[in-house]
Amino acid sequence: MLKIKNLVVSVADKEILRGVTVEVGKGEIVAMMGPNGSGKSSLANTLIGNPNYMVVGGEVLFQGKNILEMKPDGRAKEGIMMAFQYPTAIPGVTIRDLLLSSLREREKGGEGNKVSALDLKNLIISEAEKLHIDEALLNRGINDGFSGGEKKKMEILQMRILKPKLLILDEIDSGLDIDALELLATNISQMVKETGMSVLVITHYQRLLKYLIPDKVMVLKNGMVVDRGGNEIVDKLESEGYKSYEDR
Amino acid sequence: MKIDNIIGNQQNLDHSDKIEYEYKSAKGLSEDVVRKISSLKNEPDWMLERRLEALRIFNEMEIPNWGGDLSPIHFEDIYYYLKPKGKMAKTWDEVPQAIKDTFEKIGVPEAEREMLAGVKGQYDSEVVYGSLIKTLEDKGVVFLSMDEGLARYPDLVKEYFGRVVPIGDNKLAALNSAVWSGGSFVYVPNNVDVGLPLQAYFRINTESAGQFERTLIIAEEGSNLHYVEGCSAPAYSAASLHAAVVEIFIKKGAKVQYTTVQNWFKNIYNLVTKRAWVEEEGVMRWVDGNLGSHLTMKYPACVLAGRKAHGEMLSIAWAGEGQHQDTGAKMIHMAPETTSQIISKSISKSGGRATYRGLVQINKGAKNSRSKVVCDALILDEKSRSDTYPVNRIMEKEVVMEHEATVSRISEEQLLYLMNRGINEEEAGKMIVNGFLEPVVKEIPMEYAVEMNRLIGLEMEGSVG
Repeated sequence: MLKIKNLVVSVADKEILRGVTVEVGKGEIVAMMGPNGSGKSSLANTLIGNPNYMVVGGEVLFQGKNILEMKPDGRAKEGIMMAFQYPTAIPGVTIRDLLLSSLREREKGGEGNKVSALDLKNLIISEAEKLHIDEALLNRGINDGFSGGEKKKMEILQMRILKPKLLILDEIDSGLDIDALELLATNISQMVKETGMSVLVITHYQRLLKYLIPDKVMVLKNGMVVDRGGNEIVDKLESEGYKSYEDR
Repeated sequence: MKIDNIIGNQQNLDHSDKIEYEYKSAKGLSEDVVRKISSLKNEPDWMLERRLEALRIFNEMEIPNWGGDLSPIHFEDIYYYLKPKGKMAKTWDEVPQAIKDTFEKIGVPEAEREMLAGVKGQYDSEVVYGSLIKTLEDKGVVFLSMDEGLARYPDLVKEYFGRVVPIGDNKLAALNSAVWSGGSFVYVPNNVDVGLPLQAYFRINTESAGQFERTLIIAEEGSNLHYVEGCSAPAYSAASLHAAVVEIFIKKGAKVQYTTVQNWFKNIYNLVTKRAWVEEEGVMRWVDGNLGSHLTMKYPACVLAGRKAHGEMLSIAWAGEGQHQDTGAKMIHMAPETTSQIISKSISKSGGRATYRGLVQINKGAKNSRSKVVCDALILDEKSRSDTYPVNRIMEKEVVMEHEATVSRISEEQLLYLMNRGINEEEAGKMIVNGFLEPVVKEIPMEYAVEMNRLIGLEMEGSVG
């Protein structure tokens, strides 16, 4: 599904990723762990086409296509969505406005079935209920004055409706209490089962991975993958932290 | 195009060579011109006297040296009164292609397009609007052109004309008072709720928006009125100066909303004085969208004269290339427990300039009054400009005054967020702008709001990225 080969990325002339290779298969959950400043979020931002991240070398193939030349919306149309660490507020634009535009764009590209504005409204309401989102938030500008937890739930609500092929979770666990974390993780796992969605989980901590069990785990440090394996890495980090990678 | 050329020489847009006029005044302003206008309209002597008094004041007053640059206006080159022969002043063929194209893009129905372009005739249909007018008449509501209003209700007009906008209030108000023609006269009796918004173009067999229109609205106790003027399609006008005056009187417990969607052609100097007098527990709400014109200077005011009177201003200003929108509001609190709110949203783009200029005055004795002012400016590129000039004159201690002002740009984070949802950059920019304007747009009647969003979409094309 996603093949990242030897990716080198710089921001403001500083090399942040120094040759990263990652593969995420269809329906796979891959965890990318690492301490602060290791380059995890840079990887996520590069994948979605944030213009501040300059690709200096390597390649990224999504379903066999080179996506590095695509703009962020082009990548989204290919099926890549990110749940942001700090979802930005857009005053006056409701989740309904956003999703309607998003679905209409897809229809233009000949993808997806035509959804009426009313059906979409009802769909959003029912999905919001499942995620325990206060209905009043649906009528407000997205993320405008929302709590950290509400913002994260809104991201997952969008995932439920947009049904991406690859979901990138950028530190989804920050600012979430345990109940909300479990709820969101369950929703994501369910989506993986239902649609074969792939997930790249970017996280500093282990706690999310108790609910969202990864198939593969990688550890990133100083812009390089320093460890890769299965779930046992999570346990190792639990007991030893990132110190064990100090010498590499 | 150089502004001087447009103002000094109206050839670009003036169709006077094609239109037959029943009467065309001499160029420039003189006592003779004013007398002629008044006599052609068969006005009572007192109105002629006021016009002459206004002319004298106009001649004495200096042109304002603040706000926008008014120096290109040559008052001596303007025709102050043109009375077209018959009702068909223009034909659709004479409407400039640029305007037709815009109508096409925004999908204005053919019949409405002709009206919007100033082509009158077929559209004045008794069949369409007759029933509405009948319903209003049954309720005792008067809705006439100002000329007709003066002819049929001279006592009412005499009582209120120039009372909240004195003829010498400012140079442009004096000009309007001297040469006014057209505009609306609205009278709503006690406790009558007019229901549907009253739209200026519903008026039958009368001049639509004119160069020096004059509007007078009287809302008696407990009545309720929503009046809508203008249109969101570009209003084509042969004239380069639009100097209107609107006066509104709100009696005890009455409510009036006055909605304007202004999209004048981009050569127009739009210099308008609007003021409402609000008595006890009355509510005045100005909703003002300014998209067009070369320069607009307009600061609708509420004089909160009675206890618990409330004044509101919700405005949108769009300043594109070659445009300066110098707009704002004035709230004058004269009585206790009066409240006011100003929400001003402006967008500047392609070198346009948006200025907020506002006044909140709370007089001594207006205890427990509250006022809130919110000015938000969105600047879309480096060339464009936004300024805020708020003035607060608070002469009473026991009051609450809040002021918030923000200046923002479309952020990269917002664009990236929307693009990550599959929305292209241009569409994302439009969404952010429409979202920014949403608190005001939602107060505008649906059909205008939809067209306004579309227009802003058109203006936005190619502006992001």
